[in-house]
Amino acid sequence: MRGMYAVYRKEMGHYFVSPVAYIIVAVFLIITAYFFTEILTGYMQASFQASMEEAQFGGGQAFDVPSLVMRSFFGVLSTILLFITPMLTMSVYAEERRRGTMELLMTSPITDLEIVLGKFFASLTLLVIMLLPTGIGFIYMLRHSEPAAPWRVLGSEYLGILLLGGALLALGSFFSSVTESQLIAAMLSFGAILMLWVLNFGSGATSSAWASGLEYLAAFRHYDDFTRGVIDTSNVIFYLSFIFLGIFLTVRSVDSMRWRRA
Amino acid sequence: MIEVKDLTKRFAERTAVDHVSFVVNKGEILGFLGPNGAGKTTTMRILTGFLPATSGTAQVAGFDVFNDSLEVRKRIGYLPENPPLYLDMSVTAYLEFVARIKNVPAEKRQARVSDALEKTNLADKRHELIKRLSRGYKQRVGLAQALVHDPEVIILDEPTVGLDPKQIIEVRHLIKGLAGSHTIILSTHILPEVSMTCDRVVIINRGRIAAIDTPANLTTQLKGGQNVRIEVQADQNAVCAAIRELPGVRKVSGEPAGGNGRVAITVEASPGQDVRSQIASKVVGKGWPLYELRGVNLSLEEIFLELTTEDSEHAEASPN
Repeated sequence: MRGMYAVYRKEMGHYFVSPVAYIIVAVFLIITAYFFTEILTGYMQASFQASMEEAQFGGGQAFDVPSLVMRSFFGVLSTILLFITPMLTMSVYAEERRRGTMELLMTSPITDLEIVLGKFFASLTLLVIMLLPTGIGFIYMLRHSEPAAPWRVLGSEYLGILLLGGALLALGSFFSSVTESQLIAAMLSFGAILMLWVLNFGSGATSSAWASGLEYLAAFRHYDDFTRGVIDTSNVIFYLSFIFLGIFLTVRSVDSMRWRRA
Repeated sequence: MIEVKDLTKRFAERTAVDHVSFVVNKGEILGFLGPNGAGKTTTMRILTGFLPATSGTAQVAGFDVFNDSLEVRKRIGYLPENPPLYLDMSVTAYLEFVARIKNVPAEKRQARVSDALEKTNLADKRHELIKRLSRGYKQRVGLAQALVHDPEVIILDEPTVGLDPKQIIEVRHLIKGLAGSHTIILSTHILPEVSMTCDRVVIINRGRIAAIDTPANLTTQLKGGQNVRIEVQADQNAVCAAIRELPGVRKVSGEPAGGNGRVAITVEASPGQDVRSQIASKVVGKGWPLYELRGVNLSLEEIFLELTTEDSEHAEASPN
């Protein structure tokens, strides 16, 4: 697995030597920070109004602001990932194919799997680096919330976003490996992810076997439980098998480059 | 060291490599010579494990390129036609990465990288980003990449493309210096390059081998008789007729050379005959002013054209 580590290091270097990573991370953080502030102030106002009403009229509803903020925020976050992950993965193979560096990797004593895993873990690391700063707001919020806030829910939400992100990255890497054009790679993975997202809304209408099959495929539906703080093994397995399938297809696609007309 | 047997590679609509067989001995430099699209790159890609062959076998250091691909790849340094460079890396970082994926142990990596930098004269550019280097330097980084793990076999696809004349000479010296301890295959379509650097030449055209031999043998083998070129000031027909009478002369042709009534005559002698002195005494005996007389060796260029045109005529004559 030394080859995998070498590829991983090279990919991380590529992300952070060029301005690509900095720009993607910066844009991501600006957008998420905006949503976090909006959602937090929104719920705080609602909670404040509710307590005012309670004082005036009695009764009223108790607000669990931290949980609501986290759920809404992570809901928004999954939608932002839909746009960001194709940009993270579009170049991983397409650019190497265009520049001819794939020939270097494929004639070196490393296996196709090592190449694919090295690249996948690098993009996953970049995703983690992107997500880490979003935790700052939550840590602050949870420390100051009254009553004591559910840390476990936050953990489940981050696990969920990581699994969802990993699945989308595996999918995007595959699409990058089938073309030499970054734009085509980005469009294909964006389209595929969008389809998986749309399935989430459309499949509830009917109850045929088709519909339930499609419903199962809706990658974002499996994420909902995580935002509620529920870690369901079946959801974890769904995402892990999604990632394995993506990696498997990418390895096959890299191998097929040898058989196609060069 | 390298053994290729009946290697064939078919793409959808054409056969790029057609039953090619050759052997490269340890420490030898073998030149692949052929026009663009002759199958040089495809053969090299099969040897490096980048492409699988349609049929036939190839072995490098006793390992089959298809079945033991990883073992073969450990032993090969490869410079593809376009050097495979990561433009936003520095030269050193790039070579370190290549050393890593080529399984150079960590404790030897630094030494191997500086060795490769030195051999390719890149030491003063080591911290430069590759994208800021000129074409010639990029080519050298590509070359350094093929050497960094000190492989037994080095395969270079047109290593001197894009270099200026001084750099070309440097690279040729470098390649010659590597022979002996390394086995080298290089491809080119520049003929002098082959006669200057290679021990043996494979002339390849339309996927088939037209000839394999040393550059010197190829020249004598095909030369047949020696050609002599003379330049005299006289009537062309009279000179031709006079020379044709000489024993050992096979063919005479002439053409006007510049002004002053001079003619250039090319004389083809029968194999093993040296007709130069006879021509000289004949011309002087007739009282014609002689301006030039020299033996002409068939250049590799002419051999190449002869072999490849023969081959294509043959190909056109055959039913497919």
